Amino acid sequence: MADGMKMRTTLQGDTADVKVLMNHIMETGTRKDAKTGQLIPAHFINHVVATLNGKTVLEAQWGAAVSKNPFLGFRIKGAKTGDKLVVNAEDNKGEKLSGEATI
Amino acid sequence: MKQILTALVACMLCAINIGAIAGPENDRKALLENHKKNLPKVKFEDYVLGALALNPDAKAQYEEIMSFPPYLNDMDKAKEMWEKPFSNGKTFASCFPNGGKNVAGGYPYFDNNASKVVTFENALNACLKNNGAPELKYGGLELTLLSAHAKSLSDGMKVKVEVKGAGALAAYEKGKTLYHSRRGQFNFSCALCHINYAGKFLRSEQLSPLVGQAAHWPEFRAGTDATSLQERFRQCQKNTRGEPSEFNSEDYNNLEYFITYMSNGLPMQTPVFRK
Repeated sequence: MADGMKMRTTLQGDTADVKVLMNHIMETGTRKDAKTGQLIPAHFINHVVATLNGKTVLEAQWGAAVSKNPFLGFRIKGAKTGDKLVVNAEDNKGEKLSGEATI
Repeated sequence: MKQILTALVACMLCAINIGAIAGPENDRKALLENHKKNLPKVKFEDYVLGALALNPDAKAQYEEIMSFPPYLNDMDKAKEMWEKPFSNGKTFASCFPNGGKNVAGGYPYFDNNASKVVTFENALNACLKNNGAPELKYGGLELTLLSAHAKSLSDGMKVKVEVKGAGALAAYEKGKTLYHSRRGQFNFSCALCHINYAGKFLRSEQLSPLVGQAAHWPEFRAGTDATSLQERFRQCQKNTRGEPSEFNSEDYNNLEYFITYMSNGLPMQTPVFRK
């Protein structure tokens, strides 16, 4: 369902500044549908891994408190031009999102 | 003697007439002078930034956000809507000269045949109607997103709204009167804050000057979906405890006509992020 991610990287010295925009509804599971009164099932990203040339540089466990269409920003020290950065995310239904960028 | 008198009266009438047509341009120049007095540091082309031009810290934050704006996914959807062909195979681009590029600066304009102001959203809906598609709801997210993409094709174009003829002038004057009339429980008028108190603080926020306010719509306000100019009118009226008008009402279209005229000469920038 998700269209994936958008990423942007900028290199300053040996530090890469990474910005990731994920496209996800991030339902908490506690909201009720106004019409039917039924709970809307939870659907959120709970695991994010970023790898630089295959080596894990960031791993995060997320929960329902993260906003809709999450924005993730982080810096990687020791990155070089041409390095390949991959971000993978998985939600509680097992659906996967991923994005790639070359620094 | 009688002839001279008639000539004099005719001359006075013609002078009044010229004065009336030159009115909007004089209004705009007087407004710029007024802003210059209150906000001497703001350059003309920076008016499009609104209150951000007055606060370097807020502007730095804005530039940081604009380098990777949070609304990119929404704009992708908007682009799809713009490019999707109608049932007859034509697209939105066929309704506008130059495929929709560099046209939005001329909106809103006064349509003499229909004797009313035509906003850019009206033009989009007219395009849908002419091609046999259902019109979109004014103030709805779909129309606002569509207009955000369509207007982004005119980025950098100078706002060039024209007031020509008696009907156009009447609509402009109505918009101007609305801008200057006090409404709501707080007894505020638009002009009070955005002309007289432009740049001053209202609680924690600085008030943006009128010039430039209409050059960057629709915009994405933090934590919300795309917001149209007329939606912002409604928010402003609610905040001042007034009774907002309907979307696409004659009042709002005239108001949009007036305030867009005041942004004449500024480069358009759509969409933008605002707090």
